[in-house]
Amino acid sequence: MLKKSNLILVTLGISLFAFVPNCKKGAATATLASDAASRVYVAPGEKDEVYAFLSGGFSGQMSVYGIPSARLFKIIPVFSVFPENGYGFDEETKDMLKTTHGYVPWDDSHHVEASMTDGKQDGRWVFLNANNTPRLARIDLKSFETKEILEIPNTAGNHASPFATENTEYLMAATRFSVPIPQASVAVDSFSKGGFKGTISMVKVDKNTGRLSIELQVLVPGFDYDLSRCGKKKSHDWCFFSSYNSEQAHKMLEVGASKKDKDFILAFNWVRAKECKDQGKAYNFGGEYVNNFREENKPAVSTKLSGVKMLNPKDCPGMMYYMPTPKSPHGTDVDSTGEYIVGGGKLASVIPVHSFSKMIEVKDKKEHHSTEIEGIPVLKYESTLAGEVQKPCLGPLHTEFDGQGYAYTSCFVSSEVVKWKLGTWEVVQHLPAYYSVGHLSIVGGSSTEPYGKYLIAMNKITKDRYLPVGMELPQSAQLYDISSGKAELLSDFPTVGEPHYSQMIPAKLLMDKTAKLYPLEENKHPYATKNENEARIVRLGSTIHIYMTAIRSHFKPDIIEARTGETLYFHVTNLEQDYDIPHGFAIGGAPNMTNLLIMPGETRTFKWVAPKPGVYPFYCTDFCSALHQEMQQYIRVSP
Amino acid sequence: MKTLLFQTLSKRNRLLILGVGLVLLAVYLIPIWSISISAPQYPEGLGMHIWINQITGATPYDLKNINLLNHYIGMQEIVSESIPELLFMPYVLGYLIFGAFVTELYPKVGMAILGIINLIFVGLVGLSDFWRWEYNYGHNLNPEAPIIIEGMAYQPPLLGCKVMLNITACSYPSYGGMILGLSLVVLVYILWDENRRKKSNVV
Repeated sequence: MLKKSNLILVTLGISLFAFVPNCKKGAATATLASDAASRVYVAPGEKDEVYAFLSGGFSGQMSVYGIPSARLFKIIPVFSVFPENGYGFDEETKDMLKTTHGYVPWDDSHHVEASMTDGKQDGRWVFLNANNTPRLARIDLKSFETKEILEIPNTAGNHASPFATENTEYLMAATRFSVPIPQASVAVDSFSKGGFKGTISMVKVDKNTGRLSIELQVLVPGFDYDLSRCGKKKSHDWCFFSSYNSEQAHKMLEVGASKKDKDFILAFNWVRAKECKDQGKAYNFGGEYVNNFREENKPAVSTKLSGVKMLNPKDCPGMMYYMPTPKSPHGTDVDSTGEYIVGGGKLASVIPVHSFSKMIEVKDKKEHHSTEIEGIPVLKYESTLAGEVQKPCLGPLHTEFDGQGYAYTSCFVSSEVVKWKLGTWEVVQHLPAYYSVGHLSIVGGSSTEPYGKYLIAMNKITKDRYLPVGMELPQSAQLYDISSGKAELLSDFPTVGEPHYSQMIPAKLLMDKTAKLYPLEENKHPYATKNENEARIVRLGSTIHIYMTAIRSHFKPDIIEARTGETLYFHVTNLEQDYDIPHGFAIGGAPNMTNLLIMPGETRTFKWVAPKPGVYPFYCTDFCSALHQEMQQYIRVSP
Repeated sequence: MKTLLFQTLSKRNRLLILGVGLVLLAVYLIPIWSISISAPQYPEGLGMHIWINQITGATPYDLKNINLLNHYIGMQEIVSESIPELLFMPYVLGYLIFGAFVTELYPKVGMAILGIINLIFVGLVGLSDFWRWEYNYGHNLNPEAPIIIEGMAYQPPLLGCKVMLNITACSYPSYGGMILGLSLVVLVYILWDENRRKKSNVV
């Protein structure tokens, strides 16, 4: 007996010791693939396989990471000013942030969409939404710069945006916060009496230039439209929008909007909508909005527009159907074949999957309708259901597809990713996530041909994952290898802002197409100075235009004379034609302006009002050469 | 010797001479010589091509960037306009091609020998001029240059590679130069072949 109890004690002791180190590491290593380090290691000089474009959340920007190394390459300013390179400050880019509300130098950016041709990523543009002040941006993937921003009128909270149709014919944008449309001061409790509405906007993308314009808006019942995905292949004509608060609660939404067992996924036939518009069924509707466009190496042009074509669902039968979906759905994701529409009911205990074919079969049969809301038929839940994944996890949110017949769903409440099989609806794997995962991304996962090797999970909470840095911890993303039968956690990395959504694009689609410089001979900037002999100072009354050149390692002209109160425009052209030689430009103490980074062959303008008399230095801020530190000069300001 | 000089070229050798004349035409369209430089900050390298009538960069921007590098050490800017040789080089090449066609009308071994002498002469003058040109660029530096290293000259090699500061410069004939060299080889072969033919006739 004694011997036995000793044995038990010893065993206990050993297991205690064995667990102590593990406990210290928290949940870190238990499920990590054993050779994970070598699988994410990208040796010096080697390149990553994938570009990951992550939305910036409340930073209003977009960040670019390399996968699998998870190295941060770049922050692309989109809706927020960026002192690092002068975006939103200088004469070329300040108009990019103009809206009907004035200059709005910040936003809340949730979703990244990649342009597609025939349902496949084409590497031309990525798009980003602005949730707070409804806008939509186009980022060019040659220069990795924001080229266009379009404000969306008659909406509030541009959340279900910018989701593209199969050929990027249109981007969809829908209302998160239903509001009176047109805006008016009405009692908020009129929400539940139908006083508030939502809109779905079809934003046309010019297939050659990428230019954005509003084709049509559809006035929809005042629910909160949350996310969207457009169909592909057989479901090409359709886009699907999740909605919550079909209760139309306006107080304590937490409770009021969570009452019903089912909310809706709205199926929207955009081809039919366009048809109705062309048949004249849409009417002229108000709404002011601004379109900002920055052509390559030119100042942005901001255009104020007004009025859209508005369509009521009841005037266009066959355009919209509601599919009941449990419960407060967030994700509405279409698989790579275009057949399955997966709902992510964040309060639901199942993952419901609708069948597109079934929907088409029953949509116009009265016996499959349960009711109608403001001209939109509501289909019966069972009529369109392909199946349910039973007890997958807690809080399923968003589903991505690997193209091999498997789906991956993020589960916010239980902090995990579940892998399950399309068709059999069986869960095949639970992958822990650290912690509270929001959205997922698979390389090409929303296209018709996912590349399917990597999956990242974008998490909300990073307690105990990194060295603590005060109260605001970095958000984190986790990288999984999904190329083999069993998905494996490879690494995690802190992120900029709070990324909500991502598009990952194989490097080979982009890396050889990126621009290296702006050819000087093609520089059409109205204030360009293409060689040093043309550098000059032009006085127009109390305004001084300085046509300045920058080249290793000097500015020309170098000494500037001005009087207090005069306005100086430094039009600086970077004469370099070498890859990776930008020059910077900053003036000591300049208010209202930040640094400029001027790319080779580019012209940008720094506006400065001469302050009190003195001598003010200006200098190059981007280390350019052995004589970079000498690249400095003076402005003399006299009384 | 005299009989060899006036010996009529064989049909095949006449064709070879015609070929030399035609191939030499290509030298108007391709560079004769190339200088490439590499440095840690230029992993992709920079290159400069010397053509019969101009100097260009290997890419549209290389020459500009080579000049930008050179300005630190006070080297004068390399531009085609500052090299007068480039003005008459096309005529020298024209003379050589003209010679090949004249030989078609007057197909004597002596003409081939004249061609060899011309090519060697042009080659030697060209190379020594090139050396002199490199010497001037490498030695006549602006005394006010930002970087001055006592005793340092920046003359690129005539043929082969040389390390200057952190830059490795390599200088080699390009396709045009190779064609000129090959033309010489063909002419020497023709001379050897004709000489052999003459001997076998005697026997």
